[in-house]
Amino acid sequence: MDSVATQQADLAIRTRDVNLWYGTFQALFDVDLDIKQGIITSLIGPSGCGKSTFLRAINRINERLGYVRTTGTIDVCGHNILDERVELVQVRKQIGMVFQRPNPLPLSIRDNVLFGHRLHTPKGERVSSEDHDGIVEDALKQVLLWDAVKDILKRPAISLSLEQQQKLCIARLLPVKPALLLMDEPCSALDPAATSAVKELIWELKGKYTIVIVTHNMAQARRASDECIFMLMGKVVEHGRTDETFVTPKHKETADYIEGRYG
Amino acid sequence: MFDATELNASNRRKQGLVKTLFLMMTVLLIIPVLVILTVLIVKGGPVLSFEFLFSDPKDEMTAGGIFPALIGTVWLVAVALLASVPLGVAAAIYLSEYAPDNWFTRAINLAIINLAGVPSIVHALFGVGAFVLFFEFGTSILAASLTLAVMTLPVVIVATRESLQAVPQAFREACWNMGATRWQTIRRVVLPNSVSGILTGVILEVSRTAGETAPIMFTGAAIFLPFLPEGVGDQTMAMSLHLYAMATQVPLPDHAANLPYGVALVLIGMVLAMNAISIGFRMWLRGKKKW
Repeated sequence: MDSVATQQADLAIRTRDVNLWYGTFQALFDVDLDIKQGIITSLIGPSGCGKSTFLRAINRINERLGYVRTTGTIDVCGHNILDERVELVQVRKQIGMVFQRPNPLPLSIRDNVLFGHRLHTPKGERVSSEDHDGIVEDALKQVLLWDAVKDILKRPAISLSLEQQQKLCIARLLPVKPALLLMDEPCSALDPAATSAVKELIWELKGKYTIVIVTHNMAQARRASDECIFMLMGKVVEHGRTDETFVTPKHKETADYIEGRYG
Repeated sequence: MFDATELNASNRRKQGLVKTLFLMMTVLLIIPVLVILTVLIVKGGPVLSFEFLFSDPKDEMTAGGIFPALIGTVWLVAVALLASVPLGVAAAIYLSEYAPDNWFTRAINLAIINLAGVPSIVHALFGVGAFVLFFEFGTSILAASLTLAVMTLPVVIVATRESLQAVPQAFREACWNMGATRWQTIRRVVLPNSVSGILTGVILEVSRTAGETAPIMFTGAAIFLPFLPEGVGDQTMAMSLHLYAMATQVPLPDHAANLPYGVALVLIGMVLAMNAISIGFRMWLRGKKKW
């Protein structure tokens, strides 16, 4: 067995006693999770079970709402992001987020990819146009979009298809080298063909990035994740290897959900 | 089976009646505008000339042109804009992008709505008290323009805030999630996409400012001052006050009876031209919009 220390170093996310309230409504109860580095972990569960809330707590975007209170610890790569000394800008930079609806900025494709990079480049540090070209090419190649858009980089990102827009939204996170990619139902606005293309891409990114993905789609969770977390009513019911969870779930609730008996 | 019943026919007659009624109301609305424009063009048109626009008034305003009033109005509007635009846009950005939803913000919003409802003569008296007397600007372009600025501030704030709100929230969230600060988000995404609406609001405000009389009457505009102002400390003539004075304060001989119509035509022409530019600008930018 590995020592406890090395085990912890392998963890991308380690949460202890995470409770979260929207005003007086408690959405998360004592969430203790260990999410491993470099794999894809899917979060499943019926609507309102807290899976999106949990995902949003990991890069603290919930706090935008103002009436959200979070307690406990959320260690990302060994650092508690709920610590009051933490710089939110760094949290958001290190922890990229992809949303249900593709939300490219009203800029060109190229400027979309460079947007985050430019934000985090210190003032006065000149980045040559060639370096920018390299960053754009690298990011777009990683999301399998380069061949489709390499001749139209100056066009508005909004002119792309939804599938391409969603890939672009993933690509623009990459130049700042995030430690973690969070995806909140990234395929739910896409048609079946686009869905499988984006799923393929996510699978492609495995290993290079730690990915946590919220999904409603059981088939997607089953085929495209290494580990799987089932949540119900704000609590974690089961967390295990996806192949095992889907074949031999340890809890009755998990089995019921997977077989489509509720949710 | 598909024939009209008695009920269908009666409903159709009622519908036709109501439609005609509403159409007539709409036509009634247009009549005053048409009458005003026709009278102004018929009576004021012949007065217009190069000399009328570009020379000083003479013989107790019964002859000559309107040049000092024209230039005076440009001064008043320009200085008012310099004061109200930075202030109004900054306030709107704060209210739209930063302000939390609490009693303080609500109080400010209420104050803005109320400011828009204050009659212009009250603004005028405020201008006298605040700018002419308290800040000791005297009756001057500065005092008059600041009074105009206070009066038009709500328009600038509301127009700016609306164009900021028209930028989809998803863009802001995308920025925040990449670690952009609020200011970076505003600077790089929100403002570039709302500047068209802001400019439109500003141009509309200009046209309103140009026609105001009460706020400048006691604060900086003079009835007869046949030379151009040299700075913001001077008094000046203005189109709106000039029109008011000619129409009501000066006994005009018959040969000059149409002069006020000429002044009114030029004033209304200025305002309509501003509005046309604003509308054209908005259409052009809407065509370019990228989402």
